Amino acid sequence: MGNFPTTVKHCLSYEELIQDYPWLARWLQEEKRALTHEYPEFVKIVEVGPRDGLQNEKEMVPTGVKIQLIDMLSETGLSVIEATSFVSSKWVPQMADHTEVLQAIHRSSHVRYPVLTPNMHGFQDAVAAGATEVAVFGSASETFSRKNINCSIDESILRFEEVICTAKQRQIPVRGYVSCALGCPYEGPIESTKVAEVVKRLYELGCYEVSLGDTIGVGTPGSMAKMLHSVKKEVPSSALAVHCHDTYGQALANILTALQMGICTVDSSVAGLGGCPYAQGASGNVSTEDVLYMLHGMGIKTGVDLSKVIEAGDFICKALNRKTNSKVAQARGDYSVHCHMKKINT
Amino acid sequence: MGQKVRNPESIRDLTSEELQGVLSGVGASAGKALPQRVKIVEVGPRDGLQNEKTLVPTEVKIHLIDMLSEAGLPVIEATSFVSPEWVPQMADQVEVMKGINRRPGVSYPVLTPNLKGFQAAVKAGAAEVAIFGAASELFSKKNINCSVDESLQRFEEVTKAAKEAGVRVRGYVSCVLGCPYEGQVSPDKVAQVAKRLYSMGCYEISLGDTIGVGTPGGMAELLEAVSREVPVDALAVHCHDTYGQALANILIALQMGISVVDSSVAGLGGCPYAQGASGNVATEDVVYMLHGLGIQTGVDLPKLMDAGAFICRSLNRKTSSKVAQATCKL
Repeated sequence: MGNFPTTVKHCLSYEELIQDYPWLARWLQEEKRALTHEYPEFVKIVEVGPRDGLQNEKEMVPTGVKIQLIDMLSETGLSVIEATSFVSSKWVPQMADHTEVLQAIHRSSHVRYPVLTPNMHGFQDAVAAGATEVAVFGSASETFSRKNINCSIDESILRFEEVICTAKQRQIPVRGYVSCALGCPYEGPIESTKVAEVVKRLYELGCYEVSLGDTIGVGTPGSMAKMLHSVKKEVPSSALAVHCHDTYGQALANILTALQMGICTVDSSVAGLGGCPYAQGASGNVSTEDVLYMLHGMGIKTGVDLSKVIEAGDFICKALNRKTNSKVAQARGDYSVHCHMKKINT
Repeated sequence: MGQKVRNPESIRDLTSEELQGVLSGVGASAGKALPQRVKIVEVGPRDGLQNEKTLVPTEVKIHLIDMLSEAGLPVIEATSFVSPEWVPQMADQVEVMKGINRRPGVSYPVLTPNLKGFQAAVKAGAAEVAIFGAASELFSKKNINCSVDESLQRFEEVTKAAKEAGVRVRGYVSCVLGCPYEGQVSPDKVAQVAKRLYSMGCYEISLGDTIGVGTPGGMAELLEAVSREVPVDALAVHCHDTYGQALANILIALQMGISVVDSSVAGLGGCPYAQGASGNVATEDVVYMLHGLGIQTGVDLPKLMDAGAFICRSLNRKTSSKVAQATCKL
């Protein structure tokens, strides 16, 4: 190929070549189809702002504000909104009003409102408060498990088994989370086979979906691909989700990689709520707005109205007296550019 | 290919198989293995500082460039030979060029919007220059007060003079994924402008998502169109992070065979079209991703972060790099 002089290769335009080689357009299309990535047609967004987001915000948020945030999010087209957490208020004071929140939100018929339940006690309280879906949190790192919930991975899974069994009997779906899927603040890199093992256990116990969390945001497309490759051997892609943190700015690139590998559920947080407890001043959750912008730009459907999410983000940031972490929300703040941007991407 | 290589005079003389072989080689194809090495073109001292409100003292600029040279960056855009009337930040262009400590093996290109700027640049010791075209007519008119064609004619003067002087020229195309005035931009238009710059003699064409509106789908489509006219080895991507899409867009570009990425230390340089929004993608964040992918860059990330910390202190602003913001407390 390199034998042809550059000038010969580039002296003619594509249009001129088509005239002499009519088969060219079809051939290029076939080449493209063989090599281009396939993306899902639809991606489900799991909005974790009201729980994972607010839990990691320093400011205590009044119950009324939490309820209004969730109600605003319910109007955006989101189909899953993690509402609160039934953990002891001693450990997580931000979630002390869990019962009040769950009972006061306006539940849209198109939306599910999972809540965190770390153990049977939390599960029972959640059900008493009207929860119809719950979530349990495992870890791929032993040290993280011990430091975070004071027990080993094995012990935590035994605890969850109880919750999952009871939930099954009551026909309450359970979502599983695995933290430190791409790295641990204590152990450093985590073996992808270890992640796969924990994911498999949660799935086999009865979790309908397992969300893989890059808890400290250290993952890159390389480590994401490696981890998903291992996990997909044990659990179908349709039962997997990615929960990427943007602490090192890698979240969207990691999500893109996950989509290329067949994942079609993505967790995110409105306005990028929730900093990283392991890196002072750093960001945490990826912003729902930025994820939606990318997906819609790629022609992937989500059913979510980006402008309404931006409004909800605006509301909670004002209430928290903080700036949004969403770049899309920051850019859209300038209305002189807004109308032109609508032409390009909504 | 199995065919004996002849010496065709025109591409039209090629057989179908030969043409397929040529096209497979020059066309960008999605799904290629990632490059082993990526060249980072550091635009902080020029594109970055040019879009910062605070005027930076000359010694600070020089020290920044010297620190970036020590960090292992192979190309550092040093300054711009535009009229100081238009860009006061770059008024000390000659002083900066003469004051920096040029590391062997490192390139220090400078912007030259016209022949006058080019001559001044060469006089000040520039060994490489850069010219800026646009893929949008309205943007061209509003930005440099002439049509795209007129600007390309102006640049032809520069590339001719550069050839005679043995100076390399890098071409930029702005608004490749969207224009603040026109909205959507056709990939074919970008391809045409890129091709003209390449045919004029630019050794590399950097495709700029000037307002950061692009997403991976659009980037893939763009690169397919442009790589039909310019070899993928001669292309670079210059992604803005205004909508947070830069790293995802860069990843797609790498997957399509691009191995040159422009970025700005600490993400210097806001977006002049969206108040308060970010602009250039941060070099630290790009390098973090590339190294995480096992791609070599020759860049020392801690030294790069030192340079970023230095310029942010001088500008009295927070870094826009997420990697720089994340200092683990454990």
